[in-house]
Amino acid sequence: MTAGRSTPETPDDAPGAAAELDYAWSDPPTLKGWICTVDHKALGRRFIITALLFLFAGGVLGGLMRHQLAHPENKLLGPDAFNQVFSMHGTTMMFLFAVPVMQGVALYLVPLMVGTRNTAFPRMSSCAYWVYLTGGLTLFAGFACNTGADAGWFAYVPLAGPEYGFGKRPDFWNVLVNFTEAMGLMLAVDLSTTILKMRAPGMSLQRMPLFAWATLVSSIMIIFAMPTVMLGANLVQFDRMAGTHFFNAAEGGDPLLWQHMFWYFGHPEVYFIFVPALGFISAIIPTFARRPMFGHTAIVLSLITTGFLSFGLWVHHMYATNVPELGKSFFTAMSFMIAIPTAVQIFCWIATLWLGRTQLKSPLLFVTGFFVTLVIGGLTGVMLGSVPLDLQAHDTQFVVAHLHYVLIGGALFPLFAAIYYWFPKVYGRLLSETLAKWHFWLLFIGFNLTFFPLHVLGLAGMPRRVYTYTADTGWGTLQFVSWVGAMIDDVGMFVFIVNIAYALWRGRKAPNDPWGAGSLEWAASSPPAPYNFVRLPIVASREPLWSPPVDGPRQVIGLSTRHREGLVTTVLDALPDVRYGYPSPSIWPTAAALGVGFWLIWSIFSNKGMLIGLIPPSIAFIAWYWPDKKESQAELELEKRP
Amino acid sequence: MSSTPRQATPASVSAIARGDSLDVSVLPSYGFGTRSLMWWGTVGMCAIEGTAFAFMIVVYFYLRGLSTEWPAGRPAPDLLWGTVNLGVILASAIPNYYCDRAAIAQDLPRVKFMLLLGVLCGVALCAVRWLEFTALNVRWSDGAYGSVVWMLMGLHTFNLVTDVIDTMVLAAVMYKTPLEGKRYVDIAENSGYWVFIVVTWVPIYAVVYWGARF
Repeated sequence: MTAGRSTPETPDDAPGAAAELDYAWSDPPTLKGWICTVDHKALGRRFIITALLFLFAGGVLGGLMRHQLAHPENKLLGPDAFNQVFSMHGTTMMFLFAVPVMQGVALYLVPLMVGTRNTAFPRMSSCAYWVYLTGGLTLFAGFACNTGADAGWFAYVPLAGPEYGFGKRPDFWNVLVNFTEAMGLMLAVDLSTTILKMRAPGMSLQRMPLFAWATLVSSIMIIFAMPTVMLGANLVQFDRMAGTHFFNAAEGGDPLLWQHMFWYFGHPEVYFIFVPALGFISAIIPTFARRPMFGHTAIVLSLITTGFLSFGLWVHHMYATNVPELGKSFFTAMSFMIAIPTAVQIFCWIATLWLGRTQLKSPLLFVTGFFVTLVIGGLTGVMLGSVPLDLQAHDTQFVVAHLHYVLIGGALFPLFAAIYYWFPKVYGRLLSETLAKWHFWLLFIGFNLTFFPLHVLGLAGMPRRVYTYTADTGWGTLQFVSWVGAMIDDVGMFVFIVNIAYALWRGRKAPNDPWGAGSLEWAASSPPAPYNFVRLPIVASREPLWSPPVDGPRQVIGLSTRHREGLVTTVLDALPDVRYGYPSPSIWPTAAALGVGFWLIWSIFSNKGMLIGLIPPSIAFIAWYWPDKKESQAELELEKRP
Repeated sequence: MSSTPRQATPASVSAIARGDSLDVSVLPSYGFGTRSLMWWGTVGMCAIEGTAFAFMIVVYFYLRGLSTEWPAGRPAPDLLWGTVNLGVILASAIPNYYCDRAAIAQDLPRVKFMLLLGVLCGVALCAVRWLEFTALNVRWSDGAYGSVVWMLMGLHTFNLVTDVIDTMVLAAVMYKTPLEGKRYVDIAENSGYWVFIVVTWVPIYAVVYWGARF
């Protein structure tokens, strides 16, 4: 292989460059190629598909609960099975679906959107995926062996502690947290570095797409929130395995400490699910309003404000504990205040739609579903933010209704909007608009029918996490309505699967920019080539495809086409700074992830495993870094000292 | 866009405009400090671990605030080995600084020497840390105080050992041929991470050894 920079550098030989890039960036079509890939698109797809499978698994668990509660004194699930089912449902949806799917979409889109070839640390993306998969399978393997998490998705101590945590059930939950948070943190560092340092020349922070802003904000939130729950879960694990007393009140510990550690993460978690969803909406609305976003800067500032404020809300999950009254007042004020940046964004979106020429295509339809659902969830959120009301509704079905309105309204509707919007880019096929509309209406009606009655049931006094109730409570009718809603949801999801399957089988081919959108990912082919762009683009506006550079350069040349090379730019102005040799595909990130899995699973059963188990992943991490002679040689041919 | 004054600041050379294209072939293939992606990755890592350290210190004072007696019925940790560790770790910042300088200058013999010194410091620190654990005067299972002290020490030790192994691996890599220039960036970033280990030990030392005395 010869020196890369001797390859095409002039603008008129793009076909030659494309062929060489294809050779340099493609993975071999073998099992090894599939396992070792570091392509952000392949890994992003993998994250999304895996997360959707966990969504279906979590949905089945949710359906089981609806079946059980549809009639008084139903015998489908006993109390122990019900505990496992609701704990697994919440854990699956929050840890294995919502966060990974948002990060997976960002992993797929961000490099395309900012105009680069891959993320900053592609091998870390690969490792993150395998860590995630191993963690998810471990949790479900435990569940299959009657060792499913059973202390709620927040695993409160002492219920999950050494005194009351049954068998190994809480241990599986604790190690799952390690798996998923390690995954989340790896991707957060990877994505934020990509956004800050790998944007196309000219894409200053002022011109950066709102989705990239949303990903940056949520990644930084993840970096400061996830370590606490990871730490907390390990402290519980040490209490269980090694005899420490962090949460043991008899020995000077405090069970409430866990609630602080969990919710200090848990509340921002809601927002790092919600903030990327806001990013989807900000990407979709301008396209279907046919105009640039109204109040772009206000939206950016709102996203950042949301990120900050979300760290000041956690105690509103703990009003029913003995936290000081002054503290409760502070957290009430903060809980109300966070409605402001969200409202600013909603006003900007409404203004954009108002001032534009709106086309109500399926992605925008799901966005309208988001508006309605989130506003209802937001209003009940403001109600629950107030201490006296919260004390009445705490641990009732009212909270179940609220959180589903917020999470399904705030994350699932925007996610479906995103899937309908970007599916043509990812698979090069168009989805059926008719089936999309069926999907939307079935989901929208089914969802409201499922969860709206729970508000009423909660106010009527029905507690959450009860496996059954007697007929004389009068809750049966509304629970049955809720069950009917869940069945309609299931039909909606079936329509969604049919739509995807049909599009993949014989859907119409999608052009590069089927919606006439303005951001860079639509400049790539559908589906994008392994190297994303033959020539990295140069950006002169917020909507590069609507307003390309008028004079001056429009594309980057001079990067190797025979090796995996990209461009590092400056943080504020995205000026070209350094060429960057991407790491090649490798088996070691996968091996390291499996090594981490081996270590964590062993640590469930043995204290020795906590220490000795570290050896295999450590070896894999060193092998991951260890230079390959051929690659070093190739790198040297392209090398230029700073 | 190749000749704006702002562009001259980060890059020693600038991309050149050719017609409708911008030729970046003249740009360096690696850079130090904020120009390097590795710097950003390391900062992310330090932010994650720093959050964990900070939270663990919060846990210490949270539990201390709940306790009427602290340390509960036990003598405070002996000052000797912890303070020796503080001295050695602060001293290790000196070869670490020169290692960073040597890496930026791409001075291979000096880098090798400083890495060797770094490894020696790291091994010495691990040995002193072992002695520290024997002089804490409490076991992890002796109530919440013992648990939190061992956890603070354990967290820092985990990072310490990790970076000593990293330094060993990097030292070994510097003996390999061919050696790419970007490996010097890795050395510089490893030095940056060592600064994190040094800086975080100061508050952890203060909390473990003096938090039990005041």
